[in-house]
Amino acid sequence: MKSSDPKNNQSDSRRDFLKKSSVITAIALTPGVAVKAAESNADERFAELFEKIPLNLTVNNKAYKINVEPRVTLLDYLREELHLTGTKKGCDHGQCGACTVHVDGQRVNSCLSLAVMNEGKKITTIEGLADGDTLHPMQAAFIKHDGFQCGYCTPGQIMSAVACIREGHTSSRAEISEYMSGNICRCGAYPNIVDAIVEVKEGGATV
Amino acid sequence: MINFQYLRTTTAKSAIALLGKDKNAKFLAGGTNLIDLMKRGVTAPEKLIDINHVPLKQIEQVGNKINIGALASNSAVADHALIKEKLPLLSWALQAGASAQLRNVATVGGNMMQRTRCGYFYDTEMPCNKRQPGTGCGAMEGFNRMHAIFGTSEKCIAVHPSDMCVALIALDAEVVLANAKGERKISFKDFHRLAGNTPQLDNNLKADEMIIRLEIPVNNLAKNYHYLKVRDRASYAFALVSVAAAFEINNNKIIDIRLAMGGVAHKPWRLTASENFLKGKEASLSNFEQAAQLAMTAAKGFGGNDFKLKLAPNTIIEALNLAKSKA
Repeated sequence: MKSSDPKNNQSDSRRDFLKKSSVITAIALTPGVAVKAAESNADERFAELFEKIPLNLTVNNKAYKINVEPRVTLLDYLREELHLTGTKKGCDHGQCGACTVHVDGQRVNSCLSLAVMNEGKKITTIEGLADGDTLHPMQAAFIKHDGFQCGYCTPGQIMSAVACIREGHTSSRAEISEYMSGNICRCGAYPNIVDAIVEVKEGGATV
Repeated sequence: MINFQYLRTTTAKSAIALLGKDKNAKFLAGGTNLIDLMKRGVTAPEKLIDINHVPLKQIEQVGNKINIGALASNSAVADHALIKEKLPLLSWALQAGASAQLRNVATVGGNMMQRTRCGYFYDTEMPCNKRQPGTGCGAMEGFNRMHAIFGTSEKCIAVHPSDMCVALIALDAEVVLANAKGERKISFKDFHRLAGNTPQLDNNLKADEMIIRLEIPVNNLAKNYHYLKVRDRASYAFALVSVAAAFEINNNKIIDIRLAMGGVAHKPWRLTASENFLKGKEASLSNFEQAAQLAMTAAKGFGGNDFKLKLAPNTIIEALNLAKSKA
């Protein structure tokens, strides 16, 4: 694994413009010298207001070391810093599940976790599920069973669905629905999502 | 989100020392409630002390007690073999709360410390004595469908939203707290407070203290138990009313019984009078009905939540029936 600083190759995109303008805002707000507080007896890290601290994360098997402000959520870090925009921002309050990713193999809402809380952890996002051009069985099953309409909740649904099988919470359709309840779909694709999960589970493929 | 200083530490001692230095510091564990409150501007700590690396995640039996570290995640507790075998009521209550994603991150201590989900508390444009003492209570004469029917005050009718805490109060849990001087242990029923004249205080944790662990006595309540949660949708919603019921039964006679409710008060609500009534009696529907009526003696509705006056006793009866049918 090597350290990497991803570049966004899209030019003139809306996202690129937003990124440039937010960099300017950040510079305007950052104090000239960010001073470490010497008197702190925290035995690991200390970050002053607006100070960025180094964060080591492995995302989709790639190691990253990027300085980040403590108030940046894991969701914003993935989308704005690493440009992994597959993970969606839905409600941004832990109520919809669109931002679901795996942290050390467990599904979490990335919108309610500060990036700095995840130092040293292994993150998997929807971009990390497929094996090259070969879809993950759950991705293929969602397509086959029409497990989405608008698609906005889909990355979170798929990440949650994979975790649901790994956790062993798939003994019945009712149990699948219960353990998928943290992922909301406004289009109402729920029955098809459950169909997809049942098929992958019964197919016995390693997820 | 308003910016803050961020500190990370690996020992409880250091965490407590850091907390003692600053009135506006808060511990950051799972963050599933705190970060949400900060995003909405309901709370704005100047300093966050990240305690996720403090080793307080143990789940173990010590003598006749089961100890659970304050930083054990909700899912780690719910899925633990020891908890499923000896304290299944706690496991069930945890599974009834939040979503799989939130339970993976939310901690036991954080669950106890979570704030009410009262809409007036969350909306910073609204009056709320809990968020800003002295501004009034928007819920009292406003939308109060989710609100309390027991132990309310003129200042606040919010409810504590936890499911886990309802099981813990029923199971006679104790809480070990620590500050720089040492540890103290309190009964779980004394951890949370009624709103009274100080609705801004949810619990009796002192400003310089940290929750270290829970201690739960092993019991004979692992066979006949049920956690029944009634809510607006089938899953992933806060309780309108919930009931934790567990009893030890011999020849249909109740030897020991625990009953507690959620979604009805500013703290998890233990139904002591109903328990005392049922102790030594037959586990029959008519006794369950009388116990449920006893539980409602001091209940009071505020308009929008009047339905809870009927829903609550019915939920108690149903939870007791379901616990009994597990025999």
